[in-house]
Amino acid sequence: MATTLTTDSTAALPTLIRRLTGDEKHAPSAHSTIDVLQVLYNRVLRITPETADDPERDRFLLSKGHGPVAYYAVLAAHGFIPDDWLDDLAGPESRLGHHPDRMLVPGVEIGSGSLGHGLGLGVGTALGLRAQGLLTPRVYVLLGDAELDEGSNHEAIAYAGATGLGNLTAIVVDNSSTTHGWAGGIASRFTVNGWTADTVDGRDHTDLYVALTGHRPGRPHVVVARVESKG
Amino acid sequence: MRAAFIDTTTALLDEDPRTALVLADISASQFAPAGARHPDRVLNVGIREQLMIGVAGGLALTGLRPIAHSYATFLVDRTYEQIKLDLDHQGVGAVLVSIGASYDGSREGRTHQSPGDVALFDSLGGAWTVRVPGHPDEVAPLLRAAAATDDPVYLRLGEQRNAQAYPDADRLRVLRRGGVDAPLVVAVGPMLDPTLAATEGLDVTVAYTHTPRPFDVAGLRALAATEVVLVEPYLAGTSSAVVGRALADVPHRLLTLGVGRADLRRYGDPADHARWHGLDAEGLRRSLDAFLGSVRR
Repeated sequence: MATTLTTDSTAALPTLIRRLTGDEKHAPSAHSTIDVLQVLYNRVLRITPETADDPERDRFLLSKGHGPVAYYAVLAAHGFIPDDWLDDLAGPESRLGHHPDRMLVPGVEIGSGSLGHGLGLGVGTALGLRAQGLLTPRVYVLLGDAELDEGSNHEAIAYAGATGLGNLTAIVVDNSSTTHGWAGGIASRFTVNGWTADTVDGRDHTDLYVALTGHRPGRPHVVVARVESKG
Repeated sequence: MRAAFIDTTTALLDEDPRTALVLADISASQFAPAGARHPDRVLNVGIREQLMIGVAGGLALTGLRPIAHSYATFLVDRTYEQIKLDLDHQGVGAVLVSIGASYDGSREGRTHQSPGDVALFDSLGGAWTVRVPGHPDEVAPLLRAAAATDDPVYLRLGEQRNAQAYPDADRLRVLRRGGVDAPLVVAVGPMLDPTLAATEGLDVTVAYTHTPRPFDVAGLRALAATEVVLVEPYLAGTSSAVVGRALADVPHRLLTLGVGRADLRRYGDPADHARWHGLDAEGLRRSLDAFLGSVRR
């Protein structure tokens, strides 16, 4: 399992994660997303706390709002939120809940938690950027393999593919938690609708980076990031 | 009313680059000319209503002003969680424009009817403006006003219409004045004409509004005597809580008339459904007479 990045934020993450409470319900999924989040925020996304409202910024939408521990830690590591917010996860005065709220947390593009909402919002965001001539920003939506059970995702997958929504990237973190499996593989659910797809080791930062920047013109792109089963 | 919506939205798309339209096949052919001129802002997602609202939410997050449109039951009932989360919870608004109302689709049956749509908006945070025009000439000004803001607005269009338009009736507009302490009858949207017919010869005040949310509470308090009657073209009692709060410190009796809760499992014309729900002039008169004659002295 290669880890090619050793940035300051990466080094800070273990300490930041330890500051979050240990009884968070969806703790295993915090670990499933952490490598994808590191590669995105360290090397891919054009977002900083200073450009968090810039129309030209890339958008990252955490659709899989479960297990935001890694997300909050990465946001703190990159300066979007103060570190001490991590000490009171889901407390009565906390801005950080078990599912993130964009109205409470700087840098969070969407409030999520109920599964199956992020990809539709991402399609709309990508369309809105295109309609305004904002052709540089890219929209990244992070989902889980079990989240794909929600039929709303398939409305978005079919439409984005059919219309060649080329400024959209979906990332599916696959920890084999879907109840009935995905016959034919997750990537094929997207490619049959015209998406390009890369399936990679979700712990390998080099492979993740290549896949996350591997979109092709005129087609939406999906990265399936396979990680160990959460058991 | 649908034609007024299509004409006004087409004009808005031409006039304001912030306007975007999201469709789920319904009315798509009527918007084809606008779509040819504005392919990036006229978006037909196919028969995917969850996506329609999700896309509206995403468009709004980028600063556009989305208008989403379908039959009420598909636009509101089916997408309730998208309205709650993809719009409200994200802190963004949209203009949702429905057709079909409670039983315009009388021949289509329950699957195409939405008597509970306004009640669903009442279950949300209270930010929604709900417009229920009673005449096609009320549609354009209401839609233009909605498009000029970023607020959440629901515009409920139907086939039933009054003889006369009152575009300025966002507050209670008195159309028939009763004597001192006469009962107040409030008619919403297309219920005005049947209400005027039903109250012919009665000593009541009849007031009209096309805007049940926010309800004109000040007007209600100014006009209400002891007896208040609501006549609404959607689920009976939808506005009873609003009236109850508005008149909490005033002794009053309230009758709420509207569409019943039962699935009638009958077809026929909208006029048949109005009769079965007691919302034709005769039915309304029966209910009014019973209510006004039932006071325990």
